[in-house]
Amino acid sequence: MTTIQDSIPEAGPAEALPSGATLLQIGLVAAGLVIAFGLVPSLASDYWLSSIIIPTVVMGLAGISLNLLQGYAGLVSLGSAAFMAVGAFSAYNLILRVPGLPLPAVLLLAGLIAAVVGVFFGLPALRIKGFYLAASTLGAQFFFPWLFTNYPWFSNNSQSLTISAPRLEFLGYDLQSPLGRYLLVATVTALLIGLAFLVVRSRLGREWMAIRDMETAASVLGIRVARRKLQAYAVSSFFLGITGVLWGFAYLGTADAHTYNLDKSFQILFIVLIGGTATIFGNFLGAAFIVLTPILLDHVVLAANIAYLSDQGAITNLQRVIFGAIIIFILIKEPDGLSAWIRRGVGALRARLGR
Amino acid sequence: MSILSRTIALAAGAVIAATSLAVPVEAQEGAGQQLYPLFTYRTGPYAPSFIPFGAGNLDYLRYVNEVEGGVNGVKILIQECETAYTIERGIECYERYKGGFNGALTAAIYPHSSGLDVALTDKARLDRIPIVSPGGGQNIATDGRVFPYQFPLIFDYWSEAQIIIDYIAEQVGGHDKLKGVKIATLYHDSGYGRDTIEPLAILSKKYGFEDIQIPVPHPGEQQQAQWQQIRRAGADWVFLRGWGVMTPVAIKTAARVGFPADRIIGDIWSGSEDDARPAGAAAKGYLAVSVFPPGTDYGILRKLKENILDTGKSDLKDNSKFGTVYYNYGVIEAITFVEALRTGQKKFGNKPLNNEEGQWAFENLDIDEQRIAELGAEGLISPLKTTIDNHKGETIAAKIIQWNGETWDTRTDWIKADTSLFADVIKAKAAAYAVEKGIEPRQAASN
Amino acid sequence: MAYFLETLIAGLFAGLMYGLVAIGFVLIYKASGVFNFAQGAMVFLAALVFVTLVEHGANFWVAFALTSGLMVLTAVAVEALVLRPLRNRDPLTLFMATLGLSFVIDGAAQFFLGTDVHMLDLGIDDIAEDYGGLFISWFDIVASLIVVALVAVLGIVFSRTRMGVSLRAVADDTLAAQSIGIRLPVIWRIVWSVAGVVALVAGLLWGARQGVQFSLSLVTLKALPVLIIGGFSSIPGAIVGGLIVGASEALADIYLGPLVDGSVSTWFAYILAVAFLLVRPAGLFGDRDIERV
Repeated sequence: MTTIQDSIPEAGPAEALPSGATLLQIGLVAAGLVIAFGLVPSLASDYWLSSIIIPTVVMGLAGISLNLLQGYAGLVSLGSAAFMAVGAFSAYNLILRVPGLPLPAVLLLAGLIAAVVGVFFGLPALRIKGFYLAASTLGAQFFFPWLFTNYPWFSNNSQSLTISAPRLEFLGYDLQSPLGRYLLVATVTALLIGLAFLVVRSRLGREWMAIRDMETAASVLGIRVARRKLQAYAVSSFFLGITGVLWGFAYLGTADAHTYNLDKSFQILFIVLIGGTATIFGNFLGAAFIVLTPILLDHVVLAANIAYLSDQGAITNLQRVIFGAIIIFILIKEPDGLSAWIRRGVGALRARLGR
Repeated sequence: MSILSRTIALAAGAVIAATSLAVPVEAQEGAGQQLYPLFTYRTGPYAPSFIPFGAGNLDYLRYVNEVEGGVNGVKILIQECETAYTIERGIECYERYKGGFNGALTAAIYPHSSGLDVALTDKARLDRIPIVSPGGGQNIATDGRVFPYQFPLIFDYWSEAQIIIDYIAEQVGGHDKLKGVKIATLYHDSGYGRDTIEPLAILSKKYGFEDIQIPVPHPGEQQQAQWQQIRRAGADWVFLRGWGVMTPVAIKTAARVGFPADRIIGDIWSGSEDDARPAGAAAKGYLAVSVFPPGTDYGILRKLKENILDTGKSDLKDNSKFGTVYYNYGVIEAITFVEALRTGQKKFGNKPLNNEEGQWAFENLDIDEQRIAELGAEGLISPLKTTIDNHKGETIAAKIIQWNGETWDTRTDWIKADTSLFADVIKAKAAAYAVEKGIEPRQAASN
Repeated sequence: MAYFLETLIAGLFAGLMYGLVAIGFVLIYKASGVFNFAQGAMVFLAALVFVTLVEHGANFWVAFALTSGLMVLTAVAVEALVLRPLRNRDPLTLFMATLGLSFVIDGAAQFFLGTDVHMLDLGIDDIAEDYGGLFISWFDIVASLIVVALVAVLGIVFSRTRMGVSLRAVADDTLAAQSIGIRLPVIWRIVWSVAGVVALVAGLLWGARQGVQFSLSLVTLKALPVLIIGGFSSIPGAIVGGLIVGASEALADIYLGPLVDGSVSTWFAYILAVAFLLVRPAGLFGDRDIERV
């Protein structure tokens, strides 16, 4: 599991053409931006934007958030969704009670509130290591749905204890339509990906990986382990808080205490494991898998007209079996996630092309 | 850094491939048909309630299609979409079918989940798709001026609270005898369960009974503490607002602490066979509210039995579920859909209705006594008349049923709720919602 | 005071039921080092198969035997298809695999046997009798006796039989155990089978209480705090942990509940578990192999 995929960059012969590689890097980022902000908005239908692309991107972001904590810093968390909930409810209350806050400020503040909460639930990490640490974040996962259900204040005393998305707008532009919501999600995600890269390649990121792989040695080297661990919770929860706002406001449109439940935390965990720990882009692969598989299975059944041959309920249960089996299969066959699989495939292609 | 490039490239390739695979061949085979997107939950913890309910839906619609030749000749195309009772899948199903399917038009969507009904409110308003939730919608959506596209037909929990108080009053000898009676409400700790806190507080002030509210955290498989509390408080009656496994556990735990079953009144979602039977002997005498009465002695059910059940066309795998509470609920719900189609067709012509025509139809429903008799649904459904100011229906009534160990016996006739009691409070809430969301209430009915 | 005692007793009985489920987790953790998230699904599967057999006319013992047989087959399949390929992987991966396994098991159970709710009548009275202010039912007593018997039997198996000692050797030091000839796959199959039968017993008692339906598989969520408090690798610990969780949840609801105007039992056990972890990371009875900073 601890194969370091985005590791401390080695100096060496690989650096033969620095300017070429940098140009390529810039070119790729540009290409990515063109696809994200040019191709997708013009080609994708409402259904695709609303039901497939937006959730995939947001869940990919959730994967990045968890990856920062678990993949890079090695701290187990089973409560990612709880911090998303904190972000979403914070944003709702900020918009409601502090009129006139622009959307970017709301997102930032929501993220910061989630970060503070995350640090609090991360305190046990200073004494406990390994899988047992899961208990703390799992506790958060049960605590926050309870909090938001028990105190209707958080949902402005709504009858159904739900918070609904406020009018999303920025600089006068209405972001309510699927396209508008997609652009909001894409922009925020692009910015956060940039931030993630900065963090991961910085000293903070390197020290996280050192703590993850060899904690005792790290502290001997002078790394302030406690501080770095708490910072990991802070950064990860910051990301999760903003992700929670996007999920609730830009995708679902409403949220309640149980929107960000244990199933969601498990989904995010699957995304990290399937996409690849300690990667950034792998998370989008994982997210695509998690979002698309149930829908694909549904369409396969529709297309094959199996539904008319037997009990629909049985088929949906079969889909659940298949989903679980695929999870196990990927865990067995591809320990480093789909991104490693792709990397190997590309490597093979390169070799074939004789480069 | 070239790792990035390859990753992106291949990921993009994979997504594009998946995309082209997933796009269905859009044939126009559905043209000329009315789409009924059937939101199912055949997996997950609530699946047992869906099986008979979905069958009721499907059997009635099949009956209309095959025996009656469709609604004035317009066939109904049914497309199932599994939600697993989660909001996310529900939203995907909504997005998938809101625009119709293969040429068949969408007149309305029945989300089959109160949570999904709430989640779809803003989207439906934008997309102008009627969202219909008989027996489970949002109470404030009764005000059609603020909620043009929400239809919480037939029933709501505030009226239910009123009805059980009326029933208890009858049992103790009159409303004036309610003073000092202790009524404990054991509720599922969620938006659904909390919905009755406010109306019971209002009623308690009005009649003078002691209102004790006790929450049960989801899913409610341990209720020892709560029932001890009930016993300690000396409650005379318990109003059980349960859902799922909470109900049979409540009934059994009540027996363990010695609270009599015939003093427990279950809410409409705690009143099915599957809620009482798992509790075994402890459930004998247990009461429940019923808006969708069980039983097979209704004209329409006889017709369904003859044409659908006995000919093997039923969606039921287990015929004993025919005529159960949820099965009949499914039939009633399907009746509302078909009658809405008829209503709309009278105005717009005998063709499939689109979403705006559907909105008009649901806002102008008038299923009166005569029509109910024609349908063979006397005793199964109360008259249902909707207007722009009342998206629920003017008559709100329920019966009280009692479990005898095997089936439900009907204990009362229709108990009507006094709709004027809470009307002002509800209207005020709707107005507050409009202000919060910046919605301009409609002045006149459109279409 | 009477109220406190009453709540305490009721909580202890509830805790005993938690402990019963936790035993299955302990067995698997001892042998494979993994927290088996699929244990809840196994409880559900076992109960569902049993109740289906009974509904088709089998008597109690035949149904019990057949269901146990199925659990053994499941154990063998799991060992071959999931455990062996994932040998030597980190605990988190194994945990995720058991999560995937839980989908497979409960999906398959419902695919083959349907999603109905089934009543399970064990013929044991569950009406509480008044024993001087304390309400205890025959069901409570029988359940307690079963748990005690189970713990005793497992205790004997682990200390007296060869199989049991081999299991303890594997739990202590897998490599060393293998080097003296203990065959890991065999141990795993046996342990998962026993865990499967324990799941069946738990399924019967829980199912009798709340009906056999999908929500049975959610008992897993309470098991983690029980195990943290009692220790992941101790069977008596699982019971003690269960008792502590059960009692404290019930008392917390009665005494802390009014303070927050609601019920705290959804998360109380976890906070308790974290508190335990900070003070006694191995749990009350567990092995001290948990990593401390």
